[in-house]
Amino acid sequence: MKRLHRFFQTPEAIAGALILALLVIMALAAPLLFPGDPQAIAGPALLSPFQHWSLPLGTDRLGRDVLAELFHGARTSLAVGLTAAAAALLVGAVVGTMAGFAGGLIDEVLMRITDAFQTVPSFLLALAFVSIVGPSLGVVIAAIALGAWTGPARVARAEVLSIRERDYVAGARVIGMHPLEIAFREVLPNALPPVLALSSVIVAAAILTEAALSFLGLGDPNRVTWGGMIAEGRTVLRTAPFLSIVPGIALVLTVLGVYLAGEGVVESTAVRRSLS
Amino acid sequence: MTVLAVSNLSKRYRRGGKPFAAVDDVSFEIGPAETLALAGPSGSGKSTIARLALRLLEPDAGRIQFEGADFLALSGAALRARRARLQMVFQDPLAAFNPRSIVARVLDDPLRIHGIASRSERPRRIAALLERVGLDAGLAARAIHEISGGQRQRVAIARAIATRPSLIVLDEAVSALDVSVRGQILELLLDLQRQERIAYLFISHDLGVIRAVAHRIVILDAGRVAESGDARTVIASPQSAIGKALVAATPRLNRIKTP
Repeated sequence: MKRLHRFFQTPEAIAGALILALLVIMALAAPLLFPGDPQAIAGPALLSPFQHWSLPLGTDRLGRDVLAELFHGARTSLAVGLTAAAAALLVGAVVGTMAGFAGGLIDEVLMRITDAFQTVPSFLLALAFVSIVGPSLGVVIAAIALGAWTGPARVARAEVLSIRERDYVAGARVIGMHPLEIAFREVLPNALPPVLALSSVIVAAAILTEAALSFLGLGDPNRVTWGGMIAEGRTVLRTAPFLSIVPGIALVLTVLGVYLAGEGVVESTAVRRSLS
Repeated sequence: MTVLAVSNLSKRYRRGGKPFAAVDDVSFEIGPAETLALAGPSGSGKSTIARLALRLLEPDAGRIQFEGADFLALSGAALRARRARLQMVFQDPLAAFNPRSIVARVLDDPLRIHGIASRSERPRRIAALLERVGLDAGLAARAIHEISGGQRQRVAIARAIATRPSLIVLDEAVSALDVSVRGQILELLLDLQRQERIAYLFISHDLGVIRAVAHRIVILDAGRVAESGDARTVIASPQSAIGKALVAATPRLNRIKTP
């Protein structure tokens, strides 16, 4: 309760949380408010917004309901953003902990692999991965995580290097604990806070990468995505700019919301750390 | 019969590119239920010796015999199993525990790792351990950061005796405690030694405390043994320069000597 209270102290955190809450509601309510296929034709093509009461945001080139697509697109954006970030954080934390705790050759090998991934631009990596394996939701998530785990790995390793010299790690060795148990039960949980602080940036970047992949036609073709909507609207940008602007605004708001809420969490935990 | 025999132990570090000996050709023995004190100024190698004896650090040269077997020859699972008999209590009772743990988990770990008690039996064992070190069994559910420094050091001692060791290394174990708590902890340690016949490697810079608890003393200077012998005799009339300096620096002992 106290942490929650501290989280809601800054206006940024409140704004971020509100945007995220709205997004989650949109994603959860999508199948209830817009049952059926959002890619089905719902009316005349290229209907402008606020013209028809049942299609408040109008329709696209093929006569699909833009509002329904927007709601269903929120599901994809959130699912991809959160899952890719979670996968990246998990892989990064495990690799960083192993490298930092084991040291020596294992550290060298793992960190050179990390270097290799870090030198390739993550978007190109995702692009190449999706083009080879083929676009589906799982592949897109894996492709984004592939370029995002190196940051968490480096932060986790740096933190583990300092934690492994602490007395309680020596204490765990003295009672005969297995090195793997020491690494993942004693060290890793204590190395997590700075790693988790990266999560807002990673989620925001993952949502943008997913949109960019969809824009290039490498998203899951069976799902509505905001990036795909922008790409779809591009061809009629002069006559019907709203088709690109509406999902564009949704994208900007989402990334902003994730970032602000993430900052709020970091702020509130930072206060907690300095107090204790 | 000795519990721990250390001979010709050496450990070098590099400091600013130049090698320097943290521990240089140190030998000593500890018998059952005996307290051997390691004394010396900071940087004299006391803590390094403790960590070498526990295999938290690897020596460059020398031998360590523990309970009659070559302790340096062990590795992996055999070493971890052997660690049950050789325990340690750290100086800072807060740093010695995972900040996220609770008292019950701290005591549960050694019992689980060494298969000393079954899962259903362990809560009872934990309560017994807490009572053995003079704590209320209800403390088990508390977080480590919620209890006082003295209580924490009692929990550390409970963790050390959980596996029934023959030797406990006490690395400045009472130095961070305030004076009233220090006396109680020393009492507890002496009582455990009498009852369980545990030997102590007692590391301290405080000759007053050493005189109260140690049987024998080894005084270290810059990684070498400066002098050793019966604790009271050595403290009453130190022969080495560093021994004289340590005695002179201990106010309580000074007052006794100059009435």
